[in-house]
Amino acid sequence: MKNQPDWQPAATRASLKSRAQQSNFVRGFFARRNVLEVETPILGRCGVTDPNLDGVSAQVSAPGVEGGWLQTSPEYHMKRLLAADVGSIYQISKVFRNGERGRRHNPEFSMLEWYRTGYDDTALMAEVSDLVCGWLNCPRPQITSYRQAMINWADIDPFAVSEEELRQRCRQWLEAEQLADLSRDGCLDLLMSFAVEPNLGAQTPVFITRYPASQASLAKISKVDGFDVAHRFELYIDGLELCNGYWELTCANEQRGRFEADNRLRKAAGKPEMDVDEAFLAAIEQGLPDCAGVALGLDRLLMLKMGTRDIADVLAFPIERT
Amino acid sequence: MASYSTNEFRGGLKVLLDGDPCIMLENEFVKPGKGQAFNRVKLRNLMNNRQWERTFKSGESLEAADVIEQDMEYLYSDGEFWHFMVTDGSFEQYPADEKAVSDALKWLKEQDVYTVTLYNGAPLIITPPNFVELEVVETDPGMKGDTAQGGSKPATLSTGAVVNVPLFITIGEVLKVDTRSGEYVSRVKSS
Repeated sequence: MKNQPDWQPAATRASLKSRAQQSNFVRGFFARRNVLEVETPILGRCGVTDPNLDGVSAQVSAPGVEGGWLQTSPEYHMKRLLAADVGSIYQISKVFRNGERGRRHNPEFSMLEWYRTGYDDTALMAEVSDLVCGWLNCPRPQITSYRQAMINWADIDPFAVSEEELRQRCRQWLEAEQLADLSRDGCLDLLMSFAVEPNLGAQTPVFITRYPASQASLAKISKVDGFDVAHRFELYIDGLELCNGYWELTCANEQRGRFEADNRLRKAAGKPEMDVDEAFLAAIEQGLPDCAGVALGLDRLLMLKMGTRDIADVLAFPIERT
Repeated sequence: MASYSTNEFRGGLKVLLDGDPCIMLENEFVKPGKGQAFNRVKLRNLMNNRQWERTFKSGESLEAADVIEQDMEYLYSDGEFWHFMVTDGSFEQYPADEKAVSDALKWLKEQDVYTVTLYNGAPLIITPPNFVELEVVETDPGMKGDTAQGGSKPATLSTGAVVNVPLFITIGEVLKVDTRSGEYVSRVKSS
């Protein structure tokens, strides 16, 4: 009887049941709003260039496709549907991020991603609030800018702080030699994770908005108070990052430039460069309708519903039990 | 020596940090959805038992420490070293210095088995079992019939350890003692 594999589920029966109710709630929410449910591949030809995301590579052998990647998000395929004028869409899908395991992470997780044509970031934040507060019965989120959150909790102005001051602030967590090859955004991520995040949404859920342009990813950028900021938002409840949304970038050239910049960062970090998804870029070039989109972690939403701090409590089988 | 990357970090791992062998107690993976990943790690320095909290960037690595734990029987002391023998039948012996035995010293009984933590092949820490059974060699006279009520008195055990015991305990009795708290647990029925 020794060393018998751990065959039992990690999740409680109550959370298995709540997950099913959550899926029904989400589907009902979008059905009432005439948003179309779609399915796109979770196994695709290309991965992502994002320097902070590592995909899980696959070994597909199919006509014209060798290798392939489990998708880190359904974003590119969904945007191709948008470019084909399908209108507002949503999807509940499994996504994969290599190396991510902790109390809030599992390398495979459930994501709710949706796109609203004709919406901007502000309109989509309102809809996220409807969905999340409708399910959790929580107060509607406040809105705080990234800059204000950093000033409040990390005592630095992310747009004005000098490299030297920023690194000095990070010394609370990292040694000088560890900081030597950490980028400015890496330093800001450190402060966000350790100084700011634990305080976010403790009483009332909070949207963090207006991220530095360098952290725009696939969001539009505009000037606010003299600073270039991204039309990107994240929702935090009880210190837990729940979703990430953009007023979507629709310019193909700009998008290609950001992919290439990603690959330069990957190369500098000693990570493999990733093929740029040309089918995605072709779709954007053809014309992505003006839209806003957001990805929300369903396992974390369920953690909040169940009142647990450990993702394993809501997963039938976290990776080490598979 | 091998090394461990952040994605191999887990509780129980023995690593070198600032040149000292440490045991990893906790590892928390922290990462914004879009952004740099970090590991927040709690470690105990095995040289001085101090607890450390450190942060690592995803992809950093720590050198593995050559630390193993083995059950060994305590043989004898020559005044400078305390000699232990592996219980696996190899009869291999290790001398432990005063620093290594210091915490276990008052519980050391010949022929009992202890956990010996070896660092680079030399005893670093001797850990007694959670419970030991030792004979009382000195205590005030027992008071019969006083088994239920409180009250305690010091008793010296065969190893020199002094523990507080109930008033009814007498010289020659064998006691079960919790080495973690240094507290009396019960009498051991003599056969």
